Amino acid sequence: MPALPARPDAGGHFGRFGGRFVPEALMGALEELERAFTDAQADADFRAELERLLRLYVGRPTPLWCARGLSERLGGSAVYLKREDLAHTGAHKINNTIGQCLLARRMGKRRVIAETGAGQHGVATATAAALFGQECVVYMGEEDTHRQALNVFRMEQLGATVVPVTSGSRTLKDAVNEALRDWVTNVETTHYALGSVVGPHPFPLIVREFQKVIGEEARAQILEAEGRLPGAVVACVGGGSNAIGIFHAFVEDEGVRLVGVEAAGRGIETGLHSATLSAGSPGVLHGTLSMLIQDADGQIRPTHSVSAGLDYPGVGPEHAYLRETGRATYESATDEEALAAFGLLARTEGILPALESAHAIAWVARASPSLPGDSAIVINLSGRGDKDVETVRAILAGRTGG
Amino acid sequence: MAEALAAAFAAGRAEGRALVMPFLVCGYPDAETFPAVAAAAADGGADVLEIGIPFSDPVMDGPVIQEAATRVLERGQTVRAALDLAGRAARAAALPAVLMTYYNPIFHAGLESFAGACTAAGAAGVIVPDLSIEESGPWRSACRAAGLATVFMAAPTSVERRLRLIAEASEGFIYAASTLGVTGVREDLSRRASGLVERIRECTRTPVAVGIGVSTPEHAREVASYADGVIVGSALVRRLGQSSDPATETREFVAALRAAVTGA
Repeated sequence: MPALPARPDAGGHFGRFGGRFVPEALMGALEELERAFTDAQADADFRAELERLLRLYVGRPTPLWCARGLSERLGGSAVYLKREDLAHTGAHKINNTIGQCLLARRMGKRRVIAETGAGQHGVATATAAALFGQECVVYMGEEDTHRQALNVFRMEQLGATVVPVTSGSRTLKDAVNEALRDWVTNVETTHYALGSVVGPHPFPLIVREFQKVIGEEARAQILEAEGRLPGAVVACVGGGSNAIGIFHAFVEDEGVRLVGVEAAGRGIETGLHSATLSAGSPGVLHGTLSMLIQDADGQIRPTHSVSAGLDYPGVGPEHAYLRETGRATYESATDEEALAAFGLLARTEGILPALESAHAIAWVARASPSLPGDSAIVINLSGRGDKDVETVRAILAGRTGG
Repeated sequence: MAEALAAAFAAGRAEGRALVMPFLVCGYPDAETFPAVAAAAADGGADVLEIGIPFSDPVMDGPVIQEAATRVLERGQTVRAALDLAGRAARAAALPAVLMTYYNPIFHAGLESFAGACTAAGAAGVIVPDLSIEESGPWRSACRAAGLATVFMAAPTSVERRLRLIAEASEGFIYAASTLGVTGVREDLSRRASGLVERIRECTRTPVAVGIGVSTPEHAREVASYADGVIVGSALVRRLGQSSDPATETREFVAALRAAVTGA
């Protein structure tokens, strides 16, 4: 296979995907952001400050845990968990928000806005903004503010203003719309801390660069533990930031299979899912050309997943590209499988995974018999499941008639 | 079709006034009334119609137009039905029509196919607010082949280098956003609009129309004193949603706008 380019082209394209599809009012800000990011990456002081914050504030490096209980239960490969759930605030999202809020400070922008689905990116942005003394506004679909009420409270305690979004489907995609509308209005004073590898260039690149630390650590850690590279690296994919984060360091290791696991919801055949790469088609949403879940007219269709963080009709353009080139494959797991994996990891390892991450575990549990038993598997455990305990409890209680 | 826009602006210049360019959401308040509303706009003195083809995720639109678009989509209006209806409305009004929609419905239909459908509906041009100049090459080719004008937006944040690109890519007119922000009804007209129009004029002789937040006859009069066209959207769409007689409401409001620009 020819080597894939490590960076998008000058217009932010990964193959035929990516680019910049935004109102003219934002073009200047995207150009400014790209310049600021390039300068920051070349600045040793910026890199040192980011490294210091990741180590002392976020708690990096996160461990790579050899999950013997889970491995034994699955009866095949040695399964390792990259413990992003142990990062400050309980998910990988903080890697990106620390980076972006540091960048906002460098650009002299005192106000930071964000979208959030499950609330993890909102909490991570509110956290970084509190640390740097920035004003923070988080847009969250009204439906999600009910599903994740505790995270709303958390953000408010961190000093952020949470704005419930009542337009459209009242979920993550509508929160992105509303954040973009805010940005169009306040672009001169505000940085939009986009939470995934989606959106217009340079966001997919910036978020990847701030998340790639996951894979860099995991690669060194697995080499130390096993003395060789893993057979597969597996991560859940909504927008795809934790997956790009762990994949990136392995892209050039041709023998390492990269597997993204999307949310099949109630089953792809029911239409109630968020499996964009598995069941979508090319289109333009939120500033980028990627794969989308849409109807025959190009209107965006409602999505479904038990995990709010995967409930999104788009996906990062670099994932669309990795899929098209065959470098990564994309599978899916249903709500049911994710719930079962939540319980499986809890009982075999004493770890409650986020429902998002449970999709990756679910796929490994299903595919395990067909995976080569003599090679290790690394799963990105992108977040902890405390936020989902109430959701899982309600579903299980509904089942027993309780 | 694109010539119809040039003719309209030439006529406005000859009369020494700015054009009145009301914006309607296709199929709002309902499909049956829509051609009559368009005709009423013409009766009231509109020169060019802007017709929005609803999209599920309109990031450049504020609450009024979002809500109107959502209502229309919930009734099941397809893009094909919207284009047919826009064509009927333009014929009923006997005015040049500029369609406004987002890029995904265009991309999904296929650029040539969508441009062809716009021409078949009788449109003079198309505005795609989320299509940047940088990504617009294939769409501009498709519009050229279909005889459609491509109108681009300029913003108060557009620097001279970008204004030159916008001027080069725009046909018919340039849509100058009066302020940073999404469509919506505003109390005060931004002071940045006249400066932007002035900066655009340094780059091109293409007519400049001002929209976004232009809400009242007083705003229209002020804009008409420095621009070639006045675009009024949310203020009109909001009236349509509240009125029991949308056609009369439209005629009277557009007539007030027309009187204001004539006196400017």
